Amino acid sequence: MRRLFPAILLISAAAIGYELLLMRVLSIVQWHHFAYMIISIALLGYGVSGTFIALLRHRLEARFETAFSASALLFSITMVVCFALGQRVPFNALELVWDSNQLLYLSLIYLVFLVPFFFAAVCIGLAFTCRQQVIGRIYFFDLVGAGLGAILIIGALFALMPQNALLLMMTLPLVASLIMASVSRARIPLMIVQAGWLALLLAGVPQQQLALKLSDYKGLSQALQVIDSRVLKNVSGPLGLLTVVDSPSVPFRHAPGLSFGTHHIPPRQLAVFTDGDSMTTINRFDGDLGSLAYLGDMTAALPYSLLEKPEVLVLGAGGGSDVLLALYHGAKSVDAVELNPQMTELVQDTYADFAGLVYDDPRVTLYPMEARGFVAKSDSLYDLIHIGLLDSFAAAGAGVQAQSESYIYTVEAIAEYLTHTTAGGMLAITRWLKHPPRDGLKLIATAIEALESLGIEQPAKQLAVIRSWNTSTLLIKNGVLEADEVASIRRFAHSRSFDIAWLPDIESHETNRFNKLDRPYLYDGTMALLGDRSDAFLERYKFYIEPATDNRPYYFHFFKWTTLPEVIAVRTAGGAGLIEWGYLILIATLAQATLAGFFLILLPLWRVERQWPAGTGAPMGAYFLLLGFAFLFIEMAFIQKFILFLAHPLYSVAVVLSGFLVFAGIGSAYSQKLAERLERLGRSPLTVVVGGIALFTLLYLFLLPPLFQRFIGYSDSTKIVLSIALIAPLAVCMGMPFPLGLRRVAEIATGFIPWAWGINGFASVISAVLATMLAIEFGFNAVILLALSCYVLASLIYATLARTSSPSPPPR
Amino acid sequence: MKRLTYIVLFFAVTGFADESDYTAAREAMVEDVRYYAQLAHDPDAVGLSDAVMTAMGSVERHELVPASQRRYSYENRPLPIGYGQTISQPYIVALMTELIAPDADDIVLEVGTGSGYQAAVLAELVDHVYSIEIISALADRARVDLERLGYENISGKLGDGYYGWEEHAPFDAIVVTAAASHVPPPLIEQLKPGGRMVIPVGGRFLTQTLLLLEKSDTGEIVTRQFGAVRFVPLTGEH
Repeated sequence: MRRLFPAILLISAAAIGYELLLMRVLSIVQWHHFAYMIISIALLGYGVSGTFIALLRHRLEARFETAFSASALLFSITMVVCFALGQRVPFNALELVWDSNQLLYLSLIYLVFLVPFFFAAVCIGLAFTCRQQVIGRIYFFDLVGAGLGAILIIGALFALMPQNALLLMMTLPLVASLIMASVSRARIPLMIVQAGWLALLLAGVPQQQLALKLSDYKGLSQALQVIDSRVLKNVSGPLGLLTVVDSPSVPFRHAPGLSFGTHHIPPRQLAVFTDGDSMTTINRFDGDLGSLAYLGDMTAALPYSLLEKPEVLVLGAGGGSDVLLALYHGAKSVDAVELNPQMTELVQDTYADFAGLVYDDPRVTLYPMEARGFVAKSDSLYDLIHIGLLDSFAAAGAGVQAQSESYIYTVEAIAEYLTHTTAGGMLAITRWLKHPPRDGLKLIATAIEALESLGIEQPAKQLAVIRSWNTSTLLIKNGVLEADEVASIRRFAHSRSFDIAWLPDIESHETNRFNKLDRPYLYDGTMALLGDRSDAFLERYKFYIEPATDNRPYYFHFFKWTTLPEVIAVRTAGGAGLIEWGYLILIATLAQATLAGFFLILLPLWRVERQWPAGTGAPMGAYFLLLGFAFLFIEMAFIQKFILFLAHPLYSVAVVLSGFLVFAGIGSAYSQKLAERLERLGRSPLTVVVGGIALFTLLYLFLLPPLFQRFIGYSDSTKIVLSIALIAPLAVCMGMPFPLGLRRVAEIATGFIPWAWGINGFASVISAVLATMLAIEFGFNAVILLALSCYVLASLIYATLARTSSPSPPPR
Repeated sequence: MKRLTYIVLFFAVTGFADESDYTAAREAMVEDVRYYAQLAHDPDAVGLSDAVMTAMGSVERHELVPASQRRYSYENRPLPIGYGQTISQPYIVALMTELIAPDADDIVLEVGTGSGYQAAVLAELVDHVYSIEIISALADRARVDLERLGYENISGKLGDGYYGWEEHAPFDAIVVTAAASHVPPPLIEQLKPGGRMVIPVGGRFLTQTLLLLEKSDTGEIVTRQFGAVRFVPLTGEH
């Protein structure tokens, strides 16, 4: 029996590690939209295994060690095989609007990655089912394993490329298989297969199949097709895979929004891709500022036409272009904030000579921190806070980031930035420009609301917007724009053939002069947003451009259901670019999660004998369905909420997922004792537990924003400990309703137990995706309140079940 | 529309038997493109001239796509051609061609040869097309395909399109099919006064707008952006 516990620990660590690793890998080879699909897939694996065990319980119980060892071995093998297979599915998200086969490929990816999680879950499920006498210790090792797995994979990703991290993770279930095989009756055949697998690994066979196959349409893939281009360096890290590319024959000349009246050409550049996209460049700089003259002819240079020797804060410094922009314009000092320390290392160390030691300039101070955290912690005031283009045009244009949380461009963020500017200081944000405008207008709407939140009565007097053919720059002044400043803006724009989209005294004839559109949409939109009927305009606009907030930080979400039929109809008439396909992928994922959950979890359960008293099936089913929704809604909302605090989705998933697993497990283990104690006092245990959940969730709705604000600038380790401390009491409570329900079901009809697991698993699979959709539509707080309603409803059902149940003995 | 759907469905199931099938499909595609151009019943929208439509009906698109995509070659959609590139949607190719207002004695520069389809359409209308490609395999394939199809008025080269093609400059028109963060200043210099440059804006499969840059006789530059389709972003303003 003792051998079981380390085996459980290893399986559990590998499962969570694999889940996090897949999120990373799919963000690299595709885009971020797979992250929540992976959570759904993992849950589906657990759900399907529950049904599988329910159907074959007696056979598996008789061969527990063999079944465990075989499943662990298959987990190890399929981790690698499915990783390789999944990458070979020719899914192209960009082709989704043209080719219905892409939906099939998406489903194939879903099913391929389900397999390893299924085998992992079979191991854990078998242990729970067949070794109930030590269930407490199994729980313990399962949960500790989950926590260790998250730490292990994050550490591994700092040191290893993702495919090598995979090889590390797959050894864990292999060791678990070896441990359990040693006490199995079928140890010889098991060991033969294990030896074969080990031999393949040592021969390096899988490694050849594991190279990351990026989508052909990501920026890195495209750059590497160009003659003589080559990868200079890959740097792996949990915050992203950085790839440095040089293209000597067809140099990178990244200069978004460069005036077509310019005579200046960008110098030689190295491109740095994050996860194969989001290109930033490192400019060759030899100290001669004249070589950077092109920087002065971009829309992003606008604030420098108004400021003399400003003290500048650059948020998202990346390869250093925006720092050079500041230095070129004679900035007195530049504080450069960059989230990824590996990125700054490239500029500061690896390519320091190429970059002209820009980060070593005495005027420049580098802060490897998350932007919001830095600003919240900083006491400094700046003449200019500058946010450049942080994403690629292809990604922005294709709606690929629809589900990405971005806490950089929210109402709260902009208000916070503005409070860190000097009187008369400025915040400047440059964005890619789409037609008809989406993010450009959404940013202006967000800025107006941020100014209003600061008590500014006439935001119109503090804003300026200019546009080139593909970028727009928004300037927000901490104070009213003076007449001489307005004149300077006009001079800057006119001399570079940029159009003005907003100025306090704007005239319509100057809004569509150089870069002509059928209408000056950005000006029209800004005018409407600043007018009395802005709500009606937001309602009537065919894209979703309401301000992004910390509660709904989906800055890149522009999808409106009402627009879908029209844009689908004009798809082949050149209107494909109007479709926000990132959101459509989410819908497709929800549909396939629902179908897969139904066919793979619920349908096979029909073969299990269905015996329970009349009238109890529906309430029992509803109870476990509600719990499945409620638990995952809260968990997913917390993952997304904590991205703000922990700075990156992967950190948030690792901390929040492990936190919920560990503490819900503890709650679950303690539920029996609590129930007995409360029942002796004549109180319903579920009412007390749901009361606890309500207390903590409602408390956190109000408490989390100020707590995040207070501690966001602290070290990662402090923030992780605080996050876990916040999650712990809530998760302990949330771990209880399920076992309490199972206890009640066991009193009513033990035959319903497999159904309870199945229905709960089914709801979890759907909720992982549904929660994201609901958060995009209604915000995190609404998702949390909805989850709370589910818990309350479940507790009411529990009360009716209590009246139904007969005083039969507790389950064995 | 329906006709095209039936033809495409028929060939998707049966495969194309011979050249006459392709001819029928091509005719249907041209009709389809014409239909969409009429659909964009905006007075400001780009109309398609007979000359451009004739050129679209002449170029054998199926000869310029990889064999795996041949059966879809006359569908009005972009297709992958390998190396992370696409052959543009026929409707977009027609609009881009129309926007540069091609004349029979024009010399045109194309930056981004790709499959060679845009160059072939232009070659049907103008005196000579100079085309530059940055992906070696695509440049080779397009050269072979265009030679096989008998286009003698297309010259291609492998290299950096940013600096245009100095020896043959100035150009009456320039078509940039490759993505760019800005309009290369050297290309503007190589455009004749009164010349036009067109650039599609958007991702590989999702063209959002077409950027038309016009250089006046005095050298002044103005750009105009056209939505490929009439789309009013406010409800109730049709």
